Amino acid sequence: MIGLIVNPVAGIGGPAGLAGSDGADVQRRAGERGARSRAAGRAAAALAVVAASRPDEHVVTAAGPMGEDAVRAAGLRPIVVWHQRSPTSPTDTTDAARALADVGVELVLFAGGDGTARDVAAGLPSSAVALGIPAGVKMYSPAFAVGPSAAGALAAAWLDERGLPTAEREVLDVDEEQLRRARVEPRLFGTLRVPYRAGRTQARKAATPADEQAAVRLAARGAATRLRPGIRYLLGPGGTMAEVARELGVEKTPLGVDVVLDGRVVVAGASEQELLAEVAHGPARAVVSIIGGQGFLLGRGNQQLSARVVEAIGDDPVMVVAPEQKLIDLGGRPLLVDTGDAGVDARLAGFAHVVTGPSTTSIYPVHAPENEGAVHAP
Amino acid sequence: MSLPIAPKPAHRRFHQARWDEPVIFELSTPGERGVLVTAVEPGVRDTVGDVVATLPEGLARRTPPALPEMGQMRVLKHYLRLSQENLGADLNVDVGQGTCTMKYAPKVNEQLISTPKLSAMHPLQDPADAQGALEIIWRTERMLAEISGMEEVSLHTQGGSAAIWANIAMIRAYHEANGEGAQRREVITTIFSHPSNAAAAKAAGYDVITLHPDADGYPDLAALKRALSPRTAAIMVTNPEDTGIYNPAIREWVDAAHAVGALASYDQANANGILGITRARDAGFDVCHFNVHKTFGTPHGSGGPGTGANGVSAALAPFLPGPRVVRDGDRYRVEEGGPRSIGAIGPFHGVVPNIVRAYAWIMALGAEGLRAVAETAVLNNNYLMKRILEIPGASAPYATGRRRIEQVRYSWQELFEETGISSEEIGIRASDFGMHYWTSHHPYVVPQPFTLEPTESYSKAELDEYADVLAEVAREARETPEVVRTAPHNQTVHHTHHDDLDDPERWAITWRAYRRKYPDAVGA
Repeated sequence: MIGLIVNPVAGIGGPAGLAGSDGADVQRRAGERGARSRAAGRAAAALAVVAASRPDEHVVTAAGPMGEDAVRAAGLRPIVVWHQRSPTSPTDTTDAARALADVGVELVLFAGGDGTARDVAAGLPSSAVALGIPAGVKMYSPAFAVGPSAAGALAAAWLDERGLPTAEREVLDVDEEQLRRARVEPRLFGTLRVPYRAGRTQARKAATPADEQAAVRLAARGAATRLRPGIRYLLGPGGTMAEVARELGVEKTPLGVDVVLDGRVVVAGASEQELLAEVAHGPARAVVSIIGGQGFLLGRGNQQLSARVVEAIGDDPVMVVAPEQKLIDLGGRPLLVDTGDAGVDARLAGFAHVVTGPSTTSIYPVHAPENEGAVHAP
Repeated sequence: MSLPIAPKPAHRRFHQARWDEPVIFELSTPGERGVLVTAVEPGVRDTVGDVVATLPEGLARRTPPALPEMGQMRVLKHYLRLSQENLGADLNVDVGQGTCTMKYAPKVNEQLISTPKLSAMHPLQDPADAQGALEIIWRTERMLAEISGMEEVSLHTQGGSAAIWANIAMIRAYHEANGEGAQRREVITTIFSHPSNAAAAKAAGYDVITLHPDADGYPDLAALKRALSPRTAAIMVTNPEDTGIYNPAIREWVDAAHAVGALASYDQANANGILGITRARDAGFDVCHFNVHKTFGTPHGSGGPGTGANGVSAALAPFLPGPRVVRDGDRYRVEEGGPRSIGAIGPFHGVVPNIVRAYAWIMALGAEGLRAVAETAVLNNNYLMKRILEIPGASAPYATGRRRIEQVRYSWQELFEETGISSEEIGIRASDFGMHYWTSHHPYVVPQPFTLEPTESYSKAELDEYADVLAEVAREARETPEVVRTAPHNQTVHHTHHDDLDDPERWAITWRAYRRKYPDAVGA
């Protein structure tokens, strides 16, 4: 059974030039500028793909503009399990997601942007599976399909094949007030389990991990085997780092930076000040993965690992850990660092040795967009 | 008066045979026989006695083998039906299996190898009685040495990955012989090199460093220089890569490797675009290999017997796998590997029937013919690329706007974003038109990939037909996506489910395993 949540104000601020759609005031101003959300239309386009092969499919959803209308527009049958308040608020999306999970929806489609992903993630249990239909302004989170038809095709495959393999993806969001002031620092707000279609022709000629979780585990094992006694490792946030912690048999805060020394956690969820204090105690190294779809190593979602911390670590300050596929998914774009300090960024730029497994690394270019004057706000 | 005849549609009205043919074990009828073996004559039996009684205890079966019991005619029908449910290289325009170099394997060469002078030979036959076969092996090795510029060539390995394994095994032995085995622990490859290079290096105990393309889509020389160090044992690269992009700085790559004392290994599994044009040794490579079954016109055998060829510089020659065929005046003898040889990694002299086929193929073409093969393959590829890139939604990522050598890894990403139709679904639909189509092997770098390699064997009309089919399927993806999504409609097999292919609890590759894992399906 699939479900749908539409954020009826998603993307409304984009065409209106408001750099996002969060906040009642922005939504009102966007409305005054004549903006309309495209979320419902894009959700209907996704469901139309499902309807083509399964015209009688039921879709569990929220009333009216939060999903029901889009389900009907696609010609499918809505089962409404949630009625929103008026006007809508972020807790509507979270509560609707929870309501869908409670009635046993296996795949929650949501139309919106990063803010919607964040609200959906807050409402779903960690075992639930969700997929974004891109309809927002900001989409830093790699939890969205490439387009509505692609989202619909995945949902149809989910129904046809009674489930698909899933992978953990980060949910990132920026503070839109910052975005309007041209300062972009997306934070990590959690993860969503996202379905994907296994690369069916992979692994027929080479013995490599066929599924993504195995690849993440292999990269994490590669990192774990490279850790040495007497060195403080500053483990960054994200799913790959959580897997590194599992390999080491230690607890990991999902969104924080944790300091590990000789197989024990010394500080959990450390602040920049605490990291500086730890680094001052002896040799240290940051261990990070790639955050989000943009390819950031530092400066997005792990701001605690600041320029000052990197500077204090000294030579070879960062070990990068990621499955090869994460590099491939960048589509040829470089990895990025933006610590806010041009000198530190310049030192990190060039090439990174990315740990992909116990006996494998990849060399991948690292750029410092701030030093190149590149504008990376969407 | 003639009856009205409907005009032919633009595309071939292909329909695959569908026989719903059971597995041969399910056709077994107890007691049915194909051949009744003549009883042993009393005189013979009296003379030799009970031969079975002399079998060692461990070799004697307690129960007869559970073989299917069938008459000859049913066996014939069974296999003819299965053969009709195929879409092989001899039936379709087989350009959709890029990287595999599907070309015409001349049928006359099948007659050559069916002579009892070859098929009745035994590998342990006295070399004095096997001079012809040994001469063909020796001459084929010399021709491949000329084609690659290498000092020595061995045809000992039985496939591409076995040859790549031989390459890294020789490299390892070379460094160990020089006392640098412990120091040189890393092998560098590129993400678009054939993945067997990384796999073989890993299997040989090396740490593998993978390089991604530079901003222009070419192999990244700056990244290579960053990766090279006194720890480097070798670079192992394919050129042209599986994208069809030729590394314009290949000489600099080899020189940079040599500068740190590393060796350079050239994967020429597919040399179809460079025959007679470039040579591995001229670029400075120390070792290289060919897949004889790709470039040199011998059948692939569907995972069956291929043939590998390993070429080496004079410095690496002592490490070649054994045994070797050696010429002594006008005689040929077999020499076991010397003290530094990596030894045998397959039985005897490789797949001799394939060596004879390749010998015949090369001799029929001559040097000018080999170059014409490469030129025609490159021309065909660039013609097909032009046709494919005219299809809205298709693209050729990396080195955009540049020509390719013998193949191209294309992408349907634009079409996928627009329609949700994946490359895999396009391939399944293409089979409705009688065309084979394949996406990409590991690693899955290009999104929604498809890899076309026309080789020299195909005519312009055939390339046009293939491009027309893909254009038609792309049109359907936009206008009638359900037709594509529910394909195939004219094929033997409908959708197969791949997601548990890697689950040991579910796969069943023998009848015995199938009966054990799926008792309900067979009623056992």
